[in-house]
Amino acid sequence: MTTPTIVLVGHGMVGQRFLEALADRGVTKTSRVVVFCEEPRPAYNRVQLTSYFSGRTPADLSMVEDGFMARHGIELHVGDPAVALDRAARTVTARSGLTVAYDTLVLATGSYPFVPPVPGNDATGCFVYRTIEDLLAIEEYAMTSRTGAVVGGGLLGLEAAGALKGLGLATHVVEFAPRLMPVQVDEGGGEALRRTIEGMGVTVHTGVGTQEITATEDGSVSTMKLSDGSALDVDLVVFSAGVRPRDQLARECGLPVGERGGIVVDEQCRTGDEAVYAIGECALASDGRVYGLVAPGYEMAETVATAIAGEAATSFTGADLSTKLKLLGVDVASFGDAHGTAEGCLDVVYSDSRAGVYKKLVVSPDGVLLGGVLVGDAEQYGTLRAFTGSVPPVSPEQLVLPAGAGAPVALGPSALPDEAVICSCHNVTKGTIRSAVTEHSCTTVPEVKKCTKAGTGCGSCVKVLGRLVTAELEASGVEVDKGLCGCFGQTRQALYEIVLALRIASYAELLDGHGRESARGGDGCEICKPAVASIIASLAPTIGAPGHVLDGEQAALQDTNDHFLANLQKNGSYSIVPRIPGGEITPEKLIVIGEVARDFGLYTKITGGQRIDMFGARVDQLPMIWARLVDAGFESGHAYGKSLRTVKSCVGRTWCRYGVQDSVRMAIDLELRYRGLRSPHKLKSAVSGCARECAEAQSKDFGVIATASGWNLYVGGNGGATPRHADLLAQDLSDAELVGLIDRFLMFYIRTADRLERTSVWLERIEGGLDHIRDVVVHDSLGICDELEALMAAHVAGYRDEWADTVNDPERLARFVSFVNAPDVPDPSVKFVPARDQVKPDLQLLAGPVLPIRTLEGTPAS
Amino acid sequence: MTVELLLDDEWFAVCDRDRLTPGRGIAALLPDGRQAALFADRHGRLYAVDNRDPFTGAYVLSRGLLGSVGGRAYVASPLLKQRFDLASGECLDDGEVSVAAFAVRAR
Repeated sequence: MTTPTIVLVGHGMVGQRFLEALADRGVTKTSRVVVFCEEPRPAYNRVQLTSYFSGRTPADLSMVEDGFMARHGIELHVGDPAVALDRAARTVTARSGLTVAYDTLVLATGSYPFVPPVPGNDATGCFVYRTIEDLLAIEEYAMTSRTGAVVGGGLLGLEAAGALKGLGLATHVVEFAPRLMPVQVDEGGGEALRRTIEGMGVTVHTGVGTQEITATEDGSVSTMKLSDGSALDVDLVVFSAGVRPRDQLARECGLPVGERGGIVVDEQCRTGDEAVYAIGECALASDGRVYGLVAPGYEMAETVATAIAGEAATSFTGADLSTKLKLLGVDVASFGDAHGTAEGCLDVVYSDSRAGVYKKLVVSPDGVLLGGVLVGDAEQYGTLRAFTGSVPPVSPEQLVLPAGAGAPVALGPSALPDEAVICSCHNVTKGTIRSAVTEHSCTTVPEVKKCTKAGTGCGSCVKVLGRLVTAELEASGVEVDKGLCGCFGQTRQALYEIVLALRIASYAELLDGHGRESARGGDGCEICKPAVASIIASLAPTIGAPGHVLDGEQAALQDTNDHFLANLQKNGSYSIVPRIPGGEITPEKLIVIGEVARDFGLYTKITGGQRIDMFGARVDQLPMIWARLVDAGFESGHAYGKSLRTVKSCVGRTWCRYGVQDSVRMAIDLELRYRGLRSPHKLKSAVSGCARECAEAQSKDFGVIATASGWNLYVGGNGGATPRHADLLAQDLSDAELVGLIDRFLMFYIRTADRLERTSVWLERIEGGLDHIRDVVVHDSLGICDELEALMAAHVAGYRDEWADTVNDPERLARFVSFVNAPDVPDPSVKFVPARDQVKPDLQLLAGPVLPIRTLEGTPAS
Repeated sequence: MTVELLLDDEWFAVCDRDRLTPGRGIAALLPDGRQAALFADRHGRLYAVDNRDPFTGAYVLSRGLLGSVGGRAYVASPLLKQRFDLASGECLDDGEVSVAAFAVRAR
């Protein structure tokens, strides 16, 4: 028997899911699988397409695990679409001329954007919004544009509008229906959405159609004429007026298609030809609908894979159209019977125009939750959707009231039944998630994600997922000791609150009063000492502790780097990094650094943070080196501390032809404001003068990118071993707004992060994630913003240069000797050998069992 | 008060007692070229071990942080954080490794 061949036409999200489903069922081992993909890259997450503009790269969006195709022997032809089907001969021919014979054919050709047939719709500057290539083209064209319009105020249209806004264009949205997102939300929801979106500076036109697009002489877009007689001067137009199923291939070979498009399939997703299936957006399902959402597409992919594998037949008979998304930072969700079409159904509506919140639940006369619309606050989407079809345990009005209003409702995911679907992208139920914890020993959200796939699609359920995992762990008696270390049972955050509330400025007092029973009266440990020292240092001005890290008891708590205000290197020598705010430095100062390095024989290297590191100083040389640097106007760069490192910058508007703001000045301002601030881990920052992002601000703990009208603030970025792109916290801020927001953000981080937890990890760990942080620092949901700002103000006012303070204090200087009993003897173990015209540590000297014996005078002992 | 180390049956004077900050070490150069790391814990007890970190070869133990577990004081190397019992010199994280410990007194 020859190996059967399965040909998949189309490699989008649904196509990839189909391949995974085949692999899961072992079909790829017994069949040849050939895939034709029109786009130049394998399947990527189209749902999150817009995140490209907030820094996700095409590679980040990929849906295909590295090595997936090779591991399963799948032949993938990218950039080579199928152009003809011959059902009689059972062959597929691709554009390249390659013809493959199939036993089973699966069509997953997706859809194409509908471009309304208005005159001028092909002018230069008209785009659709569907593929990464579309986005790249829009991004490039936007560089020379000032005003953009989006035709279509649906889900994708609003995303496109957000993208244009982010690219610095004055943005219009034109929607033919009388409200935005007409399919998902009702009139009230549309109104709330409109107000919020207009508040962001996007101009919304509803109830008008596009009549004509006129072009300049060179053929590029100039004006858009609307049905109400008005006209908009625009340079760029994005059509986002819905999609149509791509059924051309099927039509041409005579497969039945629907009147309004879509390849007709039965409950097993089989077309009129039993060897041919169609799945995803190109298929007209047996309930007569074309589904433009990814979750039903996935379900179809699973259905077909099951059928091909010869397993018990499943079927696809229709799907839930619930959606939750974040548009321009606004939560929008609809689920179940959102428009209240069921007979006799009733509404429960909560509307707060001031806060841009609109919530409507549709219930049956006997109290069954049928559906709903949430705009501005979709926090309860996961819970509500899971209750759809049943009578919720609390009354509907309690479900829509905001937290804090009326009686508190703690309707968490624990109230859900096991069959409730938590992740609708991958159709994962609460029961499956629970068993991942109880039966597969998963103890963290990432493990559960890997085990069940839950939360790996659109990501909207991750929060509910986190709560479920925690609840399940607690229920199964797993008690995770969240204590900082063996000495303290509290988390760092709890210790911070204790120190602040009780004004405890002494480590010993904290340990003896609040440490674990067994650790009281002891000496603590190397974990909690620096952590507590950092907390006390961050709060020093507020709690009345001595500010200098070398003062009093503080001196004994710091890691050696903080103790010696320099970075310990492998041979016991230290490196020195003077602060160079924003990376801006005068020639005179550069010369001083050169002279100091030359005079002390130091190895010099440019750091990644736009400054200069000088290596190889002995402890006893440090004060002399600092004295020279301080004299020349330098100060400590805190390269040794868990504190602000640098604020990188590009040259910005001052020199760069693309720059839109003075990024260097802002970087210097920020660096000088936050210098010396002790935090749970190091803090890095950058300021870019335009969206080209030369300063790489999105890889920083807090990064700032200039826009035409101010600054965008990104937080939680990271490079290093686990890179993370920063998330946009707020847009178009003035200088003062930016600084105020960073003040709050940093102080909230310092207050709530764990020891050695970078902002990127903190942001992912903290309950509620970015939304919660935004609520706290932007909307002041905890009412602590004044306090956070006051704490930062105290830090800024109390800042002193640690190097200068040390150089000018004989008592502190006494610590900077290699040997307490021989202050003038340099440490003989710190020696160097030549390397590339500089020096490097003499490691051979350290490799022996002990140093060669020598006397104090340096001559060999007899 | 002077801190003294016992070297080959003789007490070797190192420094004034008040040069030692509780929880923090200092290095001393011994007559034979070796180096010692001296510590005082918060109760005033004194300790001295060889200054060389056997894991890296660097002479840095005096710059580690002092801690205690079960009433026994230790120093954690500032380079790779292995802990050494200050009374015995034994490494708490690797039973095969130890550093020399010196008898120490203040008088």
